[in-house]
Amino acid sequence: MSSALLSILPEVVLTVTGVLIMLIDPFFAPTASKKALGWLAVLGTLGAAGATLLQLRSHQILVTFSGSIQMDTYSVFFHLLIASSVLLTLLVSLDYFKPGVTSHSGEYFALVLFGSVGMMLMTCSVELLMVFIGLEISSISTYILAGYRKGQATASESSLKYFLLGSFATAFFLYGIALAFGATGTTSLTGIASGLSITAFPTMAFLALAMMLVGLGFKVSAAPFHVWTPDVYQGAPAPVVGLMSTAPKAAVFAVLLRITATTYSSELLHARWVLLIGIISVLSMTIGNLGALLQKDAKRMLAYSSIAHAGYLMVAYTALPADSIAAAAFYTAGYAAMNVGAFAVISQLGGYDEPLRTIDDYRGLAQKHPVLAAALAFFLLSLVGIPFTGGFFGKFYVFNAAIGAGHIWLAVLGLLNSGVACFYYLRLLTALYSRQLGEESAEFEGSSPAAVLAIAGAVLATLLLGIVPGKVLGLAQRGATVQVSRNR
Amino acid sequence: MNELVDTIMHLALFLIFGGLAVLAALNLLLQRHPINSALSLVVVMMSLAVLYWSLGAEFLAAAQIIVYSGAVMVLFVFVIMLLNAGEEERTKGSKIASIAGFPGAAAIFCLLSFVFLSEGHKLGLSHLGGSLDEATSNISQISSLLFTDLLLPFEVTSILILVAILGAVVLAKKER
Repeated sequence: MSSALLSILPEVVLTVTGVLIMLIDPFFAPTASKKALGWLAVLGTLGAAGATLLQLRSHQILVTFSGSIQMDTYSVFFHLLIASSVLLTLLVSLDYFKPGVTSHSGEYFALVLFGSVGMMLMTCSVELLMVFIGLEISSISTYILAGYRKGQATASESSLKYFLLGSFATAFFLYGIALAFGATGTTSLTGIASGLSITAFPTMAFLALAMMLVGLGFKVSAAPFHVWTPDVYQGAPAPVVGLMSTAPKAAVFAVLLRITATTYSSELLHARWVLLIGIISVLSMTIGNLGALLQKDAKRMLAYSSIAHAGYLMVAYTALPADSIAAAAFYTAGYAAMNVGAFAVISQLGGYDEPLRTIDDYRGLAQKHPVLAAALAFFLLSLVGIPFTGGFFGKFYVFNAAIGAGHIWLAVLGLLNSGVACFYYLRLLTALYSRQLGEESAEFEGSSPAAVLAIAGAVLATLLLGIVPGKVLGLAQRGATVQVSRNR
Repeated sequence: MNELVDTIMHLALFLIFGGLAVLAALNLLLQRHPINSALSLVVVMMSLAVLYWSLGAEFLAAAQIIVYSGAVMVLFVFVIMLLNAGEEERTKGSKIASIAGFPGAAAIFCLLSFVFLSEGHKLGLSHLGGSLDEATSNISQISSLLFTDLLLPFEVTSILILVAILGAVVLAKKER
């Protein structure tokens, strides 16, 4: 196999599957169940994961397409992460669209696959133009997916808000790329890294990086660029929220890590960059947690919690190099496992119309659906950061890295915020296990076997990350070493 | 003598279209009626295209006219006309936009001008009426770059367009 093909094999597999789904879709009757297409999408995702493992086995760093793509352990790590969360989301969505509810569930699966092509391209490209196109593919797919429940006003609001603010953010990112080109004469990250240390335009270079940070900050919903998050999460279908709060964010964090790693080659920029990211992470943690305290709607609460988690994650970015890259990568994995899981349970309990909204609606759910409630409780505990869950080690490594770099104030603020976060997660948890029953309006149709498989997978992943984190951390560390050595 | 006329002509072009761009941009912000704002934006785009052309970036000038003035603005105007709904189109401007928007825009303008002015002498100046590279036209340079170094981004753009088409179909199709 040619090295060029090998370096983008997972993306090729996903694209081909997506196109196949679009071609087969017209042969189904409009009211027929499109579950078979969903299974095809699952197969395609498994194929992409297999292709990624093939890349890992080749044990080499491939730089292909005139330096736009770099296949290394780092990209493999994020490819696997994205493939797993897409896989779980697909399994949850298989029975989400009942036949007759919507006539475009075939396109749903194609859009998810195309979106993940964009995300995967972001994590393996070292050329900012390529990153930009990947970012756009992933964003546009998620804008559409957010508005998939077309009859509902909140869905249209969600899609439109996400689209307008997201496009605004993209413009910032693009302006950042243009200024970076102005300052260093190249859009390749390797070129920028070497150009930054000798550039005659330090102010412009810093402005370029700041603008890229604004654009990417929007996409990961870091404060003060977070305003869209609660409304979008509230209106989007629950499986889609599970996807868009994990996989695209992981891809953006991967890009941000690559960009951050390029900045510390420049002494002058490094100090300012650390300050900027420190401020953003403190703001995200505080606003996210305080906002979540005030929420009554469960999905809005999890939206604010995702803002807070973006904050925790960015603490690691202030503490480069190698150890904290691994810490941040590990955190994205842990967060993906528990958050996809939490939204999988919510989509099972709520179904398409989502009659369960407020935390009061979840009251006494454990008596009716003990297994689902237990799974949700486990994910909530992981989001709090209780030991033996992925959330604990994620926080542990991140704060450890911050302390190691001497940013003790950041670690202290992060821990204080985790304390505040306990309140609202535990409020939902106690509601689940209260004796008094809530007014659960809709009858529960029984969870689908595929979704149960997905929830079980998410529980297993969260548990394994919390008990034996070594394997994933090892892979993350190998990826981090590649990043560090490249910029020396 | 000829050179002097050339310089004066280019300077005149720059002043006319630069001024026009600024005025139209201000008009875009101040107009209350969306159609007036959209048409001002067309003027901004066209003036910018002339400026690009006078700096020697012919390709950018042509792309600017075809893509922005041609495609994007026609779409804007169509959407505004389709959504035409009597009084609703006259906005009084939201509170937040006037409180945070104007200072924000001013701040970004100041920041960018500061950066370009402070580093301008090191960036060097391009001269009006010149071309970016005397030897080859920038169209051939761009196209060779597009099909060699930037081949993958160019190809992957097709997925981007496919996703956009798919989205348009999904969002516009009637539920059965």
